[in-house]
Amino acid sequence: MAVRLAELTAADFIRRRRRLPASLIVGGTIVAALIVTAALAQWIAPYPYDQMHVRDRFQPPNLHYLAGTDEYGRDVFSRLLIGSQLSLVLGATATLISMAVGVPLGLIAGYRRGVTDEAIMRVLDVMLAFPPIMLVLLILAVTPPSLLKTAIAIGVLAVAPIARVTRSVTLDLMSGEFIEAARARGEHLHYMLLRELLPNVWPVLMVEASLRVVFAVLLGAVLSFLGFGVQPPAADWGLMISNGRAFVDTAPWISLAPGIAMSITVIAISLVGDGLREVLDPKVGGR
Amino acid sequence: MTGYVVQRLGAVMFIMVAMSVLVFLATHALPSNAAALILGQYATPETQAALEHKLGFDQPLPVQYWHWASRMLQGDMGQSFEMERPVAPILWDAFGRSAILAVSSMAVVSTLGLALGVIAAVWRGRWPDHAASIFTYFGVSLPEFYWGLVFILLFGSTFHLLPSSGYANLSDGLAAFVSHLVLPVATLTLTLLAHVTRLTRSSMMEALDSMYVKVARARGLPERLVILRHALRNALIPSITVLAQDFGFLIGGIVAVETVFAYPGLGRMLVGSLERQDLPMMQAAILVLTGVYCLANLTADLLYGVVNPRIRYGGSVG
Repeated sequence: MAVRLAELTAADFIRRRRRLPASLIVGGTIVAALIVTAALAQWIAPYPYDQMHVRDRFQPPNLHYLAGTDEYGRDVFSRLLIGSQLSLVLGATATLISMAVGVPLGLIAGYRRGVTDEAIMRVLDVMLAFPPIMLVLLILAVTPPSLLKTAIAIGVLAVAPIARVTRSVTLDLMSGEFIEAARARGEHLHYMLLRELLPNVWPVLMVEASLRVVFAVLLGAVLSFLGFGVQPPAADWGLMISNGRAFVDTAPWISLAPGIAMSITVIAISLVGDGLREVLDPKVGGR
Repeated sequence: MTGYVVQRLGAVMFIMVAMSVLVFLATHALPSNAAALILGQYATPETQAALEHKLGFDQPLPVQYWHWASRMLQGDMGQSFEMERPVAPILWDAFGRSAILAVSSMAVVSTLGLALGVIAAVWRGRWPDHAASIFTYFGVSLPEFYWGLVFILLFGSTFHLLPSSGYANLSDGLAAFVSHLVLPVATLTLTLLAHVTRLTRSSMMEALDSMYVKVARARGLPERLVILRHALRNALIPSITVLAQDFGFLIGGIVAVETVFAYPGLGRMLVGSLERQDLPMMQAAILVLTGVYCLANLTADLLYGVVNPRIRYGGSVG
């Protein structure tokens, strides 16, 4: 019932607006292209990402090395492609972790209200009160680094914001007739949460998720730049920027290329988020 | 209001205590212990045991925490392992330099953010609006350290206009002092600007559509007065609170920016001490930064209550 209702309203929105917002189409196309490239990176990359061409060190971008080579003569373009896997996996994993924890918490808090709500929200308040980067740095500095741990650390940071959004949307939904109907039918808790509430919260969560992926990609880059994230010789974008720092005067492409790749990724994902928001709430749209 | 302030102060105290416990436990989870780090490669089991006893590492954890925390509270932050000097003076020097960076960035962010937001709202849908939104879009699409690098490349190494790293004291002359601040401040500004600009734009648009602005226009007031006196004054409320929140983000940004520009502030000190596992330095830096972060959040909450009387007596702020 609830599923069909949600589909109906989404379809309505699209029909009423006749066309999807340009930001969603452009952003979505770029994101799709990025995902395909990342998935096929091993086959697209002209060279293995860690192969050193000792004679071709510090080559500026040319036909052989599309984005030039670094201080070991490694092909920057191939490293960019492999690096996109790390960035996307980190963004997706961190976001999935925070959704997996945050969404149920928000649903329960909004559905149960009262003492449960109060308890969950107070714990989240405490989580929000910690300075985020300190916590992550502390965790990553005292334990050996790994991609999964970086993802968990970043994911934990986003639990509280996601739970809050979920809760506030759930609270809005609770006055809906379909909830009353389901209550009257005597549905169980898990049915109420998963079949009635979740499908209706989902669209808003998609917008929030796009924000969180951007946040995770950027924070991940900062962490590997500072030396607490992915470790060399991995072809991580933040790490590549950091390595290229020493040669920024003579071989700026080593640092600039991964930055450009990162900004394309981040802008594309943000465009998807903005477009989704516009579809959900046409009032927000700029024009 | 008083009850609310007391409650919020209590929350800050709680966070500080919790963070200190976390920091304390984290340093005990480190692979190598402090005694081994101090003694270096010439440690023998005997000297290590003797030093561990001297440092009190053979006592139970809660006792150790108690001693450590009470020393911290008295301002004794211990000795830096690396520099073999007391942490406190080094830390407060670095803190002062970071504060200069933070305060000047906030000043630029608030002036520029409000101005861009107002401009975008007044010329909404036209080119100044689009220009402002593209500018802010780019600012947040890349992490601070990358913009720092781009700035170094442009202004430091290509045109040799500005020093790209380090810090100059005021005693070295005003020009040197300011020129070392320009690039780090510009970098921090670029990444923080979007938030304030977007919020000011939307609250300005709301204000410009409101009844009181229509009335002011109907009374024939000059447009400049309508915008600045009537609309902006009301639109300022959310912008002020978001600026206070941004101060919290700034602390995270400062860690990366100080590293890029080799700026000798608290953020760089923190990263350095984490890398070298200089425990007393790291503990002190994290606690001071946490304290600043909590105070910034507290200020944001209180400001929100002051400028928006509707929530003043509410139990909690969402």
